[in-house]
Amino acid sequence: MAMLARVEGEASMRVRVDGDEVTDVELRVFEPPRFFEGLLRGRAWTEPPDITSRICGICPAAYQITACQAIEDACGVVIPPELAALRRLLYCGEWIESHALHIYLLHAPDFLGYQGAIEMARDHRPLVERGLRLKKAGNEILSVLGGRSVHPVNVRVGGFHRLPTRSQLTALRETLTAALDDALATVTTVAAFDIPDTEHDCEYLALRPAQGYPIEAGRVVSSGGLDFGVFDFEDAVTELQVPYSTALHARLKGGQRYLVGPLARYSLNCAALSPLAAQAAAAAGLGPVCRNPFASIIVRAVEVTYACEEALRIIGEWQGAAAAAVPVPARAGTGYGATEAPRGLLYHRYQLDSGGTVTEARIVPPTSQNQLSIEHDLRTFVQARIGLPEPELTRQCEQVIRNYDPCISCSAHFLDLTLERR
Amino acid sequence: MRKLAVWKFASCDGCQLTLLNCEDDLLPLTDQVEIAYFPQATRAVAAGPYDLSLVDGSITTPADAERIRQVRAVSRRLVSIGACATAGGIQALRNFSDIGDFSSAVYARPEYIDTLATSTPVAAHVPVDFELNGCPIDKDQLLTVITAFLRDSKPDIPSHSVCVECKQRGTVCVMVADGIPCMGPVTHAGCGAICPSYGRGCYSCFGPQDTLNTRSLAGRFAFLGMPEPAVARTFRTFYAAAPPFATESSMHSGGGR
Repeated sequence: MAMLARVEGEASMRVRVDGDEVTDVELRVFEPPRFFEGLLRGRAWTEPPDITSRICGICPAAYQITACQAIEDACGVVIPPELAALRRLLYCGEWIESHALHIYLLHAPDFLGYQGAIEMARDHRPLVERGLRLKKAGNEILSVLGGRSVHPVNVRVGGFHRLPTRSQLTALRETLTAALDDALATVTTVAAFDIPDTEHDCEYLALRPAQGYPIEAGRVVSSGGLDFGVFDFEDAVTELQVPYSTALHARLKGGQRYLVGPLARYSLNCAALSPLAAQAAAAAGLGPVCRNPFASIIVRAVEVTYACEEALRIIGEWQGAAAAAVPVPARAGTGYGATEAPRGLLYHRYQLDSGGTVTEARIVPPTSQNQLSIEHDLRTFVQARIGLPEPELTRQCEQVIRNYDPCISCSAHFLDLTLERR
Repeated sequence: MRKLAVWKFASCDGCQLTLLNCEDDLLPLTDQVEIAYFPQATRAVAAGPYDLSLVDGSITTPADAERIRQVRAVSRRLVSIGACATAGGIQALRNFSDIGDFSSAVYARPEYIDTLATSTPVAAHVPVDFELNGCPIDKDQLLTVITAFLRDSKPDIPSHSVCVECKQRGTVCVMVADGIPCMGPVTHAGCGAICPSYGRGCYSCFGPQDTLNTRSLAGRFAFLGMPEPAVARTFRTFYAAAPPFATESSMHSGGGR
């Protein structure tokens, strides 16, 4: 297989099989490196939100908001709750857009037996149209609050350039009310898919806020009992470079691989879901912990439901704000930020000099954190299906990888599958 | 049916995502054109040659410099889409620095990384039939380009500045009225002048327009109190390596290239 399809970016997978035993699995990222951490050096403290959004066209707002938090942290500024609420609303839009893209256009064709969504649309047009409608609803939030859906322009350090108007939010409420019905229908649809019965055993890592489901804030917690502030992230996680990939590999300090993303978020925080989302999760048969990577499509649908409800809640409670942004004067220091991008925890750290120039930047995207777990899942998966004909095995391995919605452009610092049988 | 192919080089994927973001127009488009190669969207691959190839991303590795020639060879028409494909993108900031410094800022073992010292546009490697600007590109402009090429006509994409778009939508000039530095006068139209409508200056994510005066604008920035290094950075961001911007930025970067 020349290249892994329906993932964002470029990577390949090499599986070595010796007789009946899988001896090695390598996820090779050949996404060309773009050196963001290098090119951020020497830029002004106001620039990382716009620059880092260009790491990923699928989740630009995640990069913008995480960068803002880290820089505000370095400058000792906490934005007022009403502006934080608008950031959360913007982020809900990105979850809806990104998850709808993955559920309907990238992942559902695996379960329904199509090469892609365009082929699937020939037989299931209303289904694909529902997915596109949901995606559009998410993009509408991004357009209203951000100015446009890809690389929004309205986010700045300290808040926003301009506040949304009451009439814009009222129009959004109508869109989201319809989207909530589409989201609930999505949970029902994907829960009826033929989900393979399997479980994995890696450690889950996600944010956990004081209140609500984790999106743009929280402490870092894990299923293994870790619980720390964002500023301790680099003490808990190490990034290693491997010769076969431009994506760095992250492990916990104890050496364990771990997983970020919807499965981790849900399993560590499902008690904090909104009423309709919790009800939908229960009706779809999700327990309090979900360890089946194939069920990640159901968790994403539940999270879309949550994001619609949460966005409606924020709009309903919106009382306006005194100003679109608060001042963030530069000072020397180091700041940390972490948020839950659609694909999982995203971490930024910036070091600034007294004039506000970035002297060092560190960015840890979700996909590089998940690589080891994806490799481990594939090893187990291939081992159990070693007798399958190669094209079928390849197709199924692709589906395993797509369970993680790998965003490869972000992690280059990422697929063709090569099976080497001996 | 005509065959459309979408190729990716070094980029954020945002410009090819713009095709999937044509939510209401996507399925009707697939009734008119065969999506023959688009790995972000489908495993299906129809054999070339292709009637229209859209290329997203810049050329940054020796392997990609070879791959773009192969793409050209199987494409009847080739359109580069976005700031990366048309000018090298944000990753072209490496063109002004030592690539070793950049690589070692990210990787402990830079020797494992196979990369070129520069990020260059597609047109620096192969002939290009049309360049569509934007970081990201605008979806309506993308549909205009695809439709035009499927009819074998030239796409009607205006080449005036963002200033014209501000006038069209009735936005008061942020530079004249509020003294906010704005790249609008030298920037290619296409976004619809979003930033000024949000009260911020244009940061030129659509690159240089055809008839521009960067000298005059840089003088205005100085008049508004912008320090020299900031003037350099303003011209050296998403279209850093586009020649008019590269020239202007080098005049403000204290002898830097």
